Amino acid sequence: MHPLIEVRNLRYSYDDGSAALNGVDFELFAGETVAILGPNGAGKTTFVLQIAGLLTGGGEVRVCGLPVTGANLAEIRRRVGIVFQDPDEQLFMPTVLDDVAFGLLNLGLDRQTARQSAMRSLEQVGMAGAAHKAPYHLSSGEKRRVAIAGVLAMNPEILILDEPTTHLDPPGRSALLRLLLDLPQAKLVVTHEAGFAAASARRAVFFERGKIVASGTVPQILAQFAWGEPGAVQRQP
Amino acid sequence: MHHFVVDHWSQSDSPLHRRDARAKLFVLVATLLAVATAPAQFQWTGVGLAAPILAGFLIARIPLGAALLRGLVVLPFTATFALISYVGGDVERAAALLWKSYLSGLAVLLAVSTTPFPHFLRAAEWWGTPSFLVTVIQFVYRYLFVISEQVQHMRMAAACRGSGGRGWLFQRDHVAAAAGAVSVLFSRSMARAEGIHRAMIARGFRGHILTLDSPRFGWLDVVFAVAAAGGLIALRIVLGRVS
Repeated sequence: MHPLIEVRNLRYSYDDGSAALNGVDFELFAGETVAILGPNGAGKTTFVLQIAGLLTGGGEVRVCGLPVTGANLAEIRRRVGIVFQDPDEQLFMPTVLDDVAFGLLNLGLDRQTARQSAMRSLEQVGMAGAAHKAPYHLSSGEKRRVAIAGVLAMNPEILILDEPTTHLDPPGRSALLRLLLDLPQAKLVVTHEAGFAAASARRAVFFERGKIVASGTVPQILAQFAWGEPGAVQRQP
Repeated sequence: MHHFVVDHWSQSDSPLHRRDARAKLFVLVATLLAVATAPAQFQWTGVGLAAPILAGFLIARIPLGAALLRGLVVLPFTATFALISYVGGDVERAAALLWKSYLSGLAVLLAVSTTPFPHFLRAAEWWGTPSFLVTVIQFVYRYLFVISEQVQHMRMAAACRGSGGRGWLFQRDHVAAAAGAVSVLFSRSMARAEGIHRAMIARGFRGHILTLDSPRFGWLDVVFAVAAAGGLIALRIVLGRVS
């Protein structure tokens, strides 16, 4: 079976010369969900941005067999849906419906088809009732759902979620988790939350200083790096 | 989080809100021409041209007091030129600069308060504004919200750490802090704007924002455009003769 995402010796340096990624190898297969764990500044977000062709560095990235190069970017962005950490950056149209339809119209769909597909995606995430609201009137959890709807509307084969639980309360996290578990796409979930990683993914990779330093099941990785919830830390007597 | 009041007004409903943006833009241009070419005397022409604009605010059910206050935003720009005319002894020209710019500002405010901004820009493009310029304006508009939010966050953060009251940034002791705050504002806004642009590209953005609605220029819009623009031009001619 060919991997949906194939990454070989991926490297990336910031403008100041500091290395963000330093030789990353990775594969993601159809139907799989992989949690990407690691400390802040380890290169997790840079890694997923390169997969979506939003940053360009050294090495090789293939998505559904297509090399991530200029000629394939439009197709790759259709196949890879990325939900950013801050939904406010993702919601920029005057209404929720317009926002969800944004990617569909860019794909060349006519307005009627785009409207219907956008409504279906909103129904899928339980936000059809907010279709005509302005995005900035929504709660954090609702914004997150709309951002996911905007990505799902484009029917991607791979879903990337960067810190999807940021600003979500526990019920919001549970709702998001239920939604993700129901989605058939292969998923990459960048997260700091051990509980969310364990519930959403089977496999995990751990980033440190721009490299994947460990790969295994989520419980193995969490145990190896003591990547627990703050509640696990014992208060000193 | 507070957002621009005008954006909120533009999402309301009224007979004026329901008119096609292209018709409103046509009437706006006619209004601006009527105001710009009107005789300088305020007594007849100023009051006569202000009346339909104020009526527009009432029809659109936009709070008149708030709108009149917001219209003042144009005055600092023209006040300089008005001052020069006043110092040069031409009081009537100075006054005309002020009332004409104020009425023009009100007319623009009425148009954007009754039209969602993306519709307004699409209408401008339909009337021949270059697409590149429209895209730039779209981004500026989106990023105004970004900067506004950043300012609000920073004000809150500063207030939490004891900065006092309105105008804090302009107090003498705090000029250095103000300069630092402005630089932080720009760098944060820049980072946020990059994030927004990245999110747009990720969903296939290719330099032109497409939207779902396909506005129709109905017969009511034609009647509105012809009647309003024709009425304003007729009013301008009559006022010109009276003055």
